[in-house]
Amino acid sequence: MGETPKPNRTRTLRVGNLARVEGEGALYVRVRGCQVEEVRLDIFEPPRFFEAFLRGRSFAEVPDITARICGICPVAYQMSSCQALEAALGVQVEGPLKALRRLLYCGEWIESHTLHIYFLHLPDFLGYPDTVRLAHDHPQRVQEALALKKTGNELMTLLGGREIHPINVKVGGFYRVPRKAELLALRDKLERAREIALRTVRFVGSLDFPDFAPDYTFVSLRQEGEYPILGGRLVSNRGLDIAVADFEQLFHEEHVAHSSALHATLKGRPYLVGPLARYNLNHDQLPASVQAVAREAGLGPVCRNPFQSIVVRAVETLYACEEALRLIDAYEEPDAPSVPVTPRAGAGAGCSEAPRGILYHRYRMDEQGLITEAKIVPPTSQNQKMIEEDLRQFVAANLELSRPELTLRCEQTIRNHDPCISCATHFLRLDIEHEP
Amino acid sequence: MNLRVLALGNRYRQDDGVGPWVARHLREAGLEVYEVGDDLTRLVEGLAGADEAWVVEAVVSGRPAGSLHVMEVGPEPLPSVFERLSSHSFGLVEALELARTLGSLPPRTVIYGIEGQQFGPGEGLSPAVQEAAQALLQTLRTALGLSGNAPVTRTNQSEG
Repeated sequence: MGETPKPNRTRTLRVGNLARVEGEGALYVRVRGCQVEEVRLDIFEPPRFFEAFLRGRSFAEVPDITARICGICPVAYQMSSCQALEAALGVQVEGPLKALRRLLYCGEWIESHTLHIYFLHLPDFLGYPDTVRLAHDHPQRVQEALALKKTGNELMTLLGGREIHPINVKVGGFYRVPRKAELLALRDKLERAREIALRTVRFVGSLDFPDFAPDYTFVSLRQEGEYPILGGRLVSNRGLDIAVADFEQLFHEEHVAHSSALHATLKGRPYLVGPLARYNLNHDQLPASVQAVAREAGLGPVCRNPFQSIVVRAVETLYACEEALRLIDAYEEPDAPSVPVTPRAGAGAGCSEAPRGILYHRYRMDEQGLITEAKIVPPTSQNQKMIEEDLRQFVAANLELSRPELTLRCEQTIRNHDPCISCATHFLRLDIEHEP
Repeated sequence: MNLRVLALGNRYRQDDGVGPWVARHLREAGLEVYEVGDDLTRLVEGLAGADEAWVVEAVVSGRPAGSLHVMEVGPEPLPSVFERLSSHSFGLVEALELARTLGSLPPRTVIYGIEGQQFGPGEGLSPAVQEAAQALLQTLRTALGLSGNAPVTRTNQSEG
């Protein structure tokens, strides 16, 4: 049953331990009468340990070390770090090596998006508290989700060298590149994954979505001729169009008291990165076949409803399957697994599209190739301010909802953006009662 | 019998790496090992097809570091206390119950949890956790020499 807001009544919503986001976080919302007075997304992110840890290490170690930051998207960390270091070293990675990197990244998109769609986000829309209850009623769908996700994992295992924390990527290319036959062996699975992804788009497109469409500033990479994954320029729907190297001139990070994660702004304003931003700024770069599927699922060229991000993720998963098949078919084994790299003093920036949005890295190194400065700006810290803004707007527009309903919707508002909060310590919290 | 060891946790987050540490040594002893890492949907995949599964992972309960928790997954859904306190997006309990729902939970599944202390970025286990991991490894090796069954001394309880 709904509640009518009373002028001087204070309502507080607290969610102490947010479920179904990657990592740990908490939410605090305070409403007085019809006024949303305070919104805080509390983040228990470990400090930027890695930036300090990298200083004094060889540039060659950086991709493997940064891959350990996140257990869900290690490839993004490897790719952004390689690009930054290659820019500093004046190295270009092109042709089959660049294509293999894109293929590896497709694996990560498939794996990460499928995890979010089915295991973190979908239960919200179908009214289930978790995936277990969902699987009880839809076992076939969950089995398919596991198969889809596993195909992404297998691509990452083949190109990344092992199942988790991949180790086959290096500055300049790879330690080992696959034979064409090894890639072709994955083709049938990818065909099946594409079919599942297509069914997923159609299914999530049929869900009900709250009417909510903030006027976002979207930021993503953009490069003519391909949907953005690995490179390009940084663009927005408000006229931004800059080189990655100029990122820090316009984007700034600040500490806020309630969070150990830094908050990023674009010229002092919040902005959104991730699937919604990529889609809106690069819809024309999707193949016509994928655009048509998106259209059938209710997505136009512009989508500002964050609840529909589940559909956008499904469309991107379908794209990643198609792109992986295209890259495998076009693959020609390179002469060498990497291009030669010689240490020299310099600095460079790199940016790639992690599943959750742009991931920026910048490094400075000395003449021996030892890191003297490192900066890493992950997508979640860029989205945090915008998530709080979403919460503020959503709560203000839905004060008539009951407390449990509003709390659930707030949690869902956060999950819309798939925040990766602490990047990966999985331990089980146990509370044991002792009998006398 | 198909016995499989499933290691949960991140080996680059200090004591969270206790599962991978134990699993690595069991692999050297010839056991089939599946490293789950941080993404527990992989646990659902890893359980499929096994007759017996040993799940090794770090635990935080407030007990002294190195305490061993042993629990055999029974025919009933796992205790709600575990579910309520599972701290992550898609946790251990949810993964095991999902496997059960999908019909892929092995006939026998035993969880070995070692109480951790340090979870910040970095490699290596704290001394008490290292000691407990070695003791568990020895117990499991001995059990393997004696029989195929995991040495569950107490069910659904913790051993301090």
